Amino acid sequence: MNRFANPTRFMRISAAVLPAIGWLTALLLVVGLVLALFVAPPDYQQGESVRIMFIHVPAAWMALFVYANLALASAAGLIWRHPLAEIAAQEAAPLGAAFTLVCLVTGSLWGQPMWGTWWVWDARLTSVLVMFFLYLGYIALVHAFDDPTRGARAGAILAMVGVVNLPIIKFSVDWWNTLHQPASVFRLGGPTIVLSMLLPLLVMAIAFTILFFWLWLVRIRSAIVARKLRSLRLAGADDFAQLDASGGKPAGSYPS
Amino acid sequence: MAFATQSVSLGRSFLLLVYRDLRLAMRQGGDAAMVVAFFVLTVILFPFGVGPEPALLARIGSGIVWVTALLAALLSLDRLFLADYEDGSLEALALQPLPLELVVLAKCLAHWLVTGLPLAVTAPLLGLLLGIAPAGYGALVLGMALGTPSLSLIGAIGAALTLGARRGGVLLSLLVLPLYVPVLILGAAAVEGAVSGLGATPHLLVLAAIALAALPMTALAGAAAIRQALE
Repeated sequence: MNRFANPTRFMRISAAVLPAIGWLTALLLVVGLVLALFVAPPDYQQGESVRIMFIHVPAAWMALFVYANLALASAAGLIWRHPLAEIAAQEAAPLGAAFTLVCLVTGSLWGQPMWGTWWVWDARLTSVLVMFFLYLGYIALVHAFDDPTRGARAGAILAMVGVVNLPIIKFSVDWWNTLHQPASVFRLGGPTIVLSMLLPLLVMAIAFTILFFWLWLVRIRSAIVARKLRSLRLAGADDFAQLDASGGKPAGSYPS
Repeated sequence: MAFATQSVSLGRSFLLLVYRDLRLAMRQGGDAAMVVAFFVLTVILFPFGVGPEPALLARIGSGIVWVTALLAALLSLDRLFLADYEDGSLEALALQPLPLELVVLAKCLAHWLVTGLPLAVTAPLLGLLLGIAPAGYGALVLGMALGTPSLSLIGAIGAALTLGARRGGVLLSLLVLPLYVPVLILGAAAVEGAVSGLGATPHLLVLAAIALAALPMTALAGAAAIRQALE
């Protein structure tokens, strides 16, 4: 892992793989959406509304998956003090919050025709809402300090405390008798979904996963560039101050 | 104060630290009284808001008491480490032989004695005012006694993380309230269970389990947060 922790090497490798990942995301999203919206049959009970599930379920998986990545990156940042891991954790959080919001909104849109209500206070829904607020709390905490390193460290500790919510969300449908249905894909004895619906669901899940990694890489890259720019500006300000003191003129132009 | 010499055992310096915090709370006066006053006043607001109908108040009473207790505990959290952080005594506490993990737990214990315990003692009186069924009182007091330590412990992580942050108070509630949700659900459910005759024991046991699980988590995360705040 240390091999990839060098920002320069990270920038080189990520620049090489980024276009491929981007095109793969686009391809999978198109295939998945065509399968989900046109090829998959309407459900015998839910009718056409079942198609919301092809967005809702992958988004829910991503909400958990991104949090796991956020916690892993935070742990790496705390243990090895890699700046790259700290950046990675910070840049994952808004993506995770977005996936969680998509999950909540699509679930609500589906719940209105199916359950007859936009929202119920059941264990699964409530724990996902708590996860959304955990993401928001993390983002707020990271940006609450004048010293960015302190924000990153404090956020990392919070992210690792918040991991307790992951098993609660995953098993909430088994521990409590809720309106939300229990797991039907990852369960002992195989999935209980017919193949024509399972296939688009899996394609969408893979597309969302790769979409996350693509956006994550883009965000990490721009965060690294932003940091470089900031330190260049600071260095430029130092030069300027020195030249100013000696009465000379600055040699180069400065980024405005 | 002579609590940081080598000859003092860990247990004794732990108790001395708790004693110091309690004395500070007593001398400055009114931490506990203010928390309880907030608790009582906010609960009293509800009959004005939702109407004085006894059946309605009896039904939502346990929820009102628990939500208000949560907010009252939250109010007192920002002073848990902040005063010591600002006057530098937190650095002295971090340098003494007592591990920082135990310092955090000692401060949580003092915080609980000053806020959680008075809340648990006041709760039955408020239950009486709201007309909660008599069968629920045991569960209310026991639930408070088992649940408020978790409020102090989980809150301590948030208080340690927000040391030196801008808008620390608002940020603290954003961090801590989501993590308080399980305590609230179980505490209110215990009273409901006792009133409806289903029994409060499972809820109370899970509340106790949360408090026990929060002990090591707070010790580790709180100490880590304080260390990075003092760096």
